[in-house]
Amino acid sequence: MTDSEAIKDYSGDGSVREYLSFLVGGQDYCVDIMQVREIRGGAKATTLPHSPSFMRGVINLRGTVLPIMDLACRLDMHTETDTQRNVIIVVATGERVVGLMVDAVSDILAISHEDLQPPPDLPADQQRSFVSALTIMENRMIRVLDLTAVVPSSDEEAA
Amino acid sequence: MSDPMAEIKASFFIECEELLEALQDGLQSMYDGEGDAETVNVVFRAVHSIKGGAGAFGLDGLVGFAHRFETALDDLRSGKLDTDPHLLKLFFTCNDVLGDLVRECRDEVPHDSAKLDPVLAELDTLIGGVQSEDQTAETVDFEVTPLSLDLSLDGQDDETVSDPIWKIRFQPGPMLYANGNEPLFLFRALRDIGDLSVTCDHNDLPPLAELDCEHAHIGWTLTLETTEGRAAIAEAFDFVEGLCTLDIKQKETGSSNLEALVPLPPLGGDAEWPADNGAPDLPRNDQVNSAPTIEQGNFPEVAETPAARLEAAPPAERKTGAGAAAPRATVRVDLDRIDRLVNLVGEIVLNQAMLSQSVQAAGIPPNSPVSTGLEEFQQLTRDIQESVMMIRAQPVKSLFQRMSRIVREASAAIGKDVRLRTDGENTEVDKTVIERLADPLTHMIRNAVDHGLEANDVRERMGKAREGSVFLTAVHRSGRVVIEVADDGAGIDRDKVFRKAVEKDLIPADSQLSDGEIDNLLFLPGFSTADEVSNLSGRGVGMDVVRSAIQSLGGRISIQSEPGHGTTFSISLPLTLAVLDGMVVNVAGETLVVPLNSIFETLAVTQEDLRAFGPSTHVVNIRDSFVPLIDLGAELGYRAPLDDYTGGVVLLIGQEDGLAAAVVVDAIEDQRQVVIKGLQESYGRVPGIAAATILGDGQIALILDPIDLITQASGRTRPKAPRHQISNHENLNSSGAEE
Repeated sequence: MTDSEAIKDYSGDGSVREYLSFLVGGQDYCVDIMQVREIRGGAKATTLPHSPSFMRGVINLRGTVLPIMDLACRLDMHTETDTQRNVIIVVATGERVVGLMVDAVSDILAISHEDLQPPPDLPADQQRSFVSALTIMENRMIRVLDLTAVVPSSDEEAA
Repeated sequence: MSDPMAEIKASFFIECEELLEALQDGLQSMYDGEGDAETVNVVFRAVHSIKGGAGAFGLDGLVGFAHRFETALDDLRSGKLDTDPHLLKLFFTCNDVLGDLVRECRDEVPHDSAKLDPVLAELDTLIGGVQSEDQTAETVDFEVTPLSLDLSLDGQDDETVSDPIWKIRFQPGPMLYANGNEPLFLFRALRDIGDLSVTCDHNDLPPLAELDCEHAHIGWTLTLETTEGRAAIAEAFDFVEGLCTLDIKQKETGSSNLEALVPLPPLGGDAEWPADNGAPDLPRNDQVNSAPTIEQGNFPEVAETPAARLEAAPPAERKTGAGAAAPRATVRVDLDRIDRLVNLVGEIVLNQAMLSQSVQAAGIPPNSPVSTGLEEFQQLTRDIQESVMMIRAQPVKSLFQRMSRIVREASAAIGKDVRLRTDGENTEVDKTVIERLADPLTHMIRNAVDHGLEANDVRERMGKAREGSVFLTAVHRSGRVVIEVADDGAGIDRDKVFRKAVEKDLIPADSQLSDGEIDNLLFLPGFSTADEVSNLSGRGVGMDVVRSAIQSLGGRISIQSEPGHGTTFSISLPLTLAVLDGMVVNVAGETLVVPLNSIFETLAVTQEDLRAFGPSTHVVNIRDSFVPLIDLGAELGYRAPLDDYTGGVVLLIGQEDGLAAAVVVDAIEDQRQVVIKGLQESYGRVPGIAAATILGDGQIALILDPIDLITQASGRTRPKAPRHQISNHENLNSSGAEE
């Protein structure tokens, strides 16, 4: 089986998956598209008191209370210019649904499992733990976001 | 739930709960001396149905116990046993054990034989004397009595009703079925015009071997109580005209149904009618109660028969049970579905509010068709919301029944004779409220039995009835539910309470407290008056836990006590947890909702009222008591403490016992009902915040948890003091806080 065939193989062994890629602080990230519930424009969030700085607050998503996370802030990136971060990707990990505030949504990518590389272990970057894999696409390095690491568990926040 | 058997089993257990409820009801009215022969039958049937179902699922432990219980009840029914208090007490215990067994079977945990065996032994000695006749008892069990299939699900034997009674004999011919007609639907049509009772005539049903399945063997006698005339009744049979033998006759008003069941002599040439209806020597190959209909195979609804009987039973109870509501047709619905509906309706309400706002913004005049239509829409959505909220409401009956068990067990454990008297069992409260009320109520009931009531001898010496009473009542009062737990005991010994409180360092020895204040000391954490720790209560985890449980439900609790006459605890609860009356306030540009029931008053702060307390704190003088000032904006981190609070709007927030704070906000915007949206599941707990809600503009506003806010507050109301600031604890203690 050649690579090109593998990429077209959407049905079978799950070696090719689709990812939603987006820009955060000028860097390319992506998440498994099966974890994405919807993409929506920004809305004024209601600030939550005593919350970590990366929690933007909560918004009304058709009647449910949706926590919004500033992904750049969560990844500890200090963007030079405060861009119009007005895209919210609603993702689900396990039972939890959160909105990730990103700069822009770029594309839907089909990435084969073989093309994913494990991220290098560089202790200086705290964000390493948020990236589960790396891949190259059209000469751009795309990081696969580890949502379980990005979205803190309820216990963590309650503490 | 893919296993169909598991589903049936699950519904069996739900049915069991209903049967157990009927069982307890029956026992209770027997205990209250209101029972009659029918009550015993109801009780017997409940146990019998549980036994039957348990047998079908092979729950042997349950069957074994239910069988013996049933045998004892049968002895009672046939007059071999007398209803005396001791027997009833045993039956109550059996009821409890049966309930436990059912739940153990449901949860698939092993039976607790330690509890079971003594009761079984007692039952065995009870029925031992009649053991030899057990065989006959067993045959009686399965005898098919002429079955009155009450399709109306309504009490039809209400003697006060004087509607004309029609008697209809309906004997389908074979062609009726061949043409695809279904008697059940005809009966349903009749039911729509009046109270209907149906008796099946199965006398000319041949033995199974000779049964010609093409032939119609079963006829029905219907008794219909209706204001409609003959024409309306005949109309129901329009489609089967000529396919059946039909006889419609009017009976005199007021004749009993029993009479109605006696068949009339056949009319004209329709000589098919048997003369006797109740012939017991019918050939039968089925032992199930619903045998007469099963054999015809025409009733897919045949499984409903036991349920219909169950529904038919309560009218007898209504005569005896004090003011109990008539049985109604009910539907079992998964709670999740209701919750989804509640959520959706909440959405409609919000959507509608947003729509009105945009209509207003568009400058459409108020009396244009759009605006008036919108107003009607608004009215409708409100009605829908109310009705949907009512779906979640349940009578507190199940809760009260649990409490009567607590009373029985608690009184037996300490050897006091106690009777629980309940009132308002049909008061409806949100299901969640009922669930979360069980623990605090259990605690209070135990307290009443253990501490509230005197020992039997003491009561006699005081000239009171030997048997103590605990009253449990529920009533709707101005949009809330008030539940009272009262006893006719000695009342609160205020000297003792005061001494204990001083002993435990809860109050200074020289405090001057009013009676009410002393009573409220019971709610302090760690307070217990019992000299000895008993099994039941007195471990110091007491009324403070009860109070915080009630408060977390948005309720309040208060005490009234009269020495020598008893103590009453009143719990006032919101009807539903899904909506809340709140005050919408503005702080530092954020909109927040403060629960209205926590706000004592609102006022504007003047220069004289405001006093500096520590280097970074203030207190407010409110009618000569000093209340700590809390800046909501600062506590929630929205802004730094202000330089000057003069002129600010203050909400006086707190609990009954004086844990209070003056919370500063920028402005009060509105007072309205808001729909509560949990934050916990989507985000987690936020200190000082109870939940969230969505306002008319679609924005989320946080709902404050005032008590949590006060207890966690730093109290800082001055810009950063250069020196070390007062610590939280000192500040709070100075306000008389308990924590």
